[in-house]
Parts: sequence; C-alpha cells; structure tokens
Amino acid sequence: MSAIRRAADVAKGDLLPERVLHVDRATLVRYAGASLDRNPIHWDERFARSVGLPDVIAHGMFTMGAAASLLTEWVGDPGRVVRYTTKFVGPVVVPYGTGADITLGGRVTAVDPDTREVVVELSAVCDGAKVLGRALATVALD
Amino acid sequence: MPVNEQSVGRVYPPTAPYGVSAAKIREFAEAVGAPDPAHVDAAAAQALGYRDVIAPPTFAVLIAQQCDAQFVTDPEMGVDFTRVVHGQQTFVHHRPLTAGDAVVGVLHVDAVKVVAGNAMVTTRTELTVDDQPVCTSTSMLVVRGDQS
Repeated sequence: MSAIRRAADVAKGDLLPERVLHVDRATLVRYAGASLDRNPIHWDERFARSVGLPDVIAHGMFTMGAAASLLTEWVGDPGRVVRYTTKFVGPVVVPYGTGADITLGGRVTAVDPDTREVVVELSAVCDGAKVLGRALATVALD
Repeated sequence: MPVNEQSVGRVYPPTAPYGVSAAKIREFAEAVGAPDPAHVDAAAAQALGYRDVIAPPTFAVLIAQQCDAQFVTDPEMGVDFTRVVHGQQTFVHHRPLTAGDAVVGVLHVDAVKVVAGNAMVTTRTELTVDDQPVCTSTSMLVVRGDQS
C-alpha cells in the first residue's frame, strides 16, 4: 500500500499527475448500471438527438467521479475527501465509433497548516473545452 | 412555468434505508476508475481505520438521485424529467459511506429560480445512518423551458 500524503508535504501550486481517460459507450453503460442513472441520453443517440443534444453525452457525475479518482489516488486514502463541489459547464459528447478523451488534472490551491485541510482544484477537459467548472475538493490530511 | 415555485422549503419524508453493499461499492469504483484497494478489500480498508470497504466520494449521488426522484416525479412540481440537466453538485462528507451502512435520505427543496424560461432547482439530501449525519448532497438541476 502506498503511503497517505501528509499536509506538511503539500504546497500550494503542486500539480496532480495528468491523465487522459478514454470514454466510449461501454464506459457509459457501465457507469449507468453502477450509478443507477439510466437516463437514455447517456446511451441512446436517437433519444439524445430527440431532446436536442448532438449525440450521446457522458453523465456529468461520471466525469466528477473520474476526477475524484485522480484525487484519491494522489491522496492515498479515498476516505479523506470532506467536501467536493463542481459545476457542469460543458458536455462530453461520446460518438459511437470514436468515443471521447477527457484530460483530467488537478492543482493544489490552498493548504491550511493548522487544520491540515488541503484544497485541490480539479480539471476535466474534452476537445479543448472545460467539462467541470470550479471543481474544488477539500481533503483532510494528517 | 417549468417548475412550481411554491415548492421551496418542501421537505419530503425519509426514504426507506438504502443498504450499501461491498458489491455495489466495487461496481461503482470500477465504473469511475478508482483502483484503491480500500474499495474492494476489507483488510485494506481496515488498515486505513475503516470498518469495511468504503465508497468513492461521489457514490452518495446514487442514493441522492433516488431521493431527487421524489421531486422530479412529484406531479405537483410539474417537472418534465427529459428536460432536466445537472448544473452543479456538492458533497459534504462527515465520513465515507461504508459497506453495511443503512442510509436514510431526507430531500429538501432549497431554491427554485427561473431565469430566461429555465428553472434552476436546488435540492439538498441529508443522508444519515442510525440518525447520525454521514453526507449532505446538494444538486442544482436545470429544467430547460420550452424555448431552449
């Protein structure tokens, strides 16, 4: 098991390792089943287009969850997230054949040496456009 | 009007307890690409001080969205669910959801704001286990009006 990151070893401006996540229809069907969010805009392009979308789009919560995974791997303990918020500012459009790539990243924006709480701003970008806006996670470290 | 503005302040009855299982945690963790052994291996979770495997930070949405369904499907609210888009989401965790938890949710309608024909509805779900707060999940849902 890797060590749990400590607040003393973290500084404002630190970057989390970036990751490119490939998303296809199978990814979305798996998330739909796991999350119980079975809205057909996430797997049926005919339905998605009928409600004015360009194609199937990923669940906003899928991207929020994937960004959390990047964060908790960096922390080393997935139970340390005490607050996590985001706006959903752009869709991830997932065409049938090609799928989509989401680039996930993060940057430390605050470290409180007294409470040992660390704030990380997470990012998710698809086709050059932001998916998550002001995605801020607070982790309670030792 | 896409949503009944009189609904602000409404509190729905507590939901039936949702039993968090190790199998659902594993399935969810795999679906969001969370490889931490604390999601799948009780011994690894216990080494971190938890009773059993713990859920990823966004797992609570699974329970919160079931609570939101009470609002979205409430005929008095007049929501067309095919026009609902998730605008914003916040979780405040008191502790991670853990396998074996029986989670009760109470849904609150905190705000309804109509802007340019779209309704922005803020709902808050208070999740408790044995009457102890575990997580607060706040969602802003956009109900698109006829013009958009």
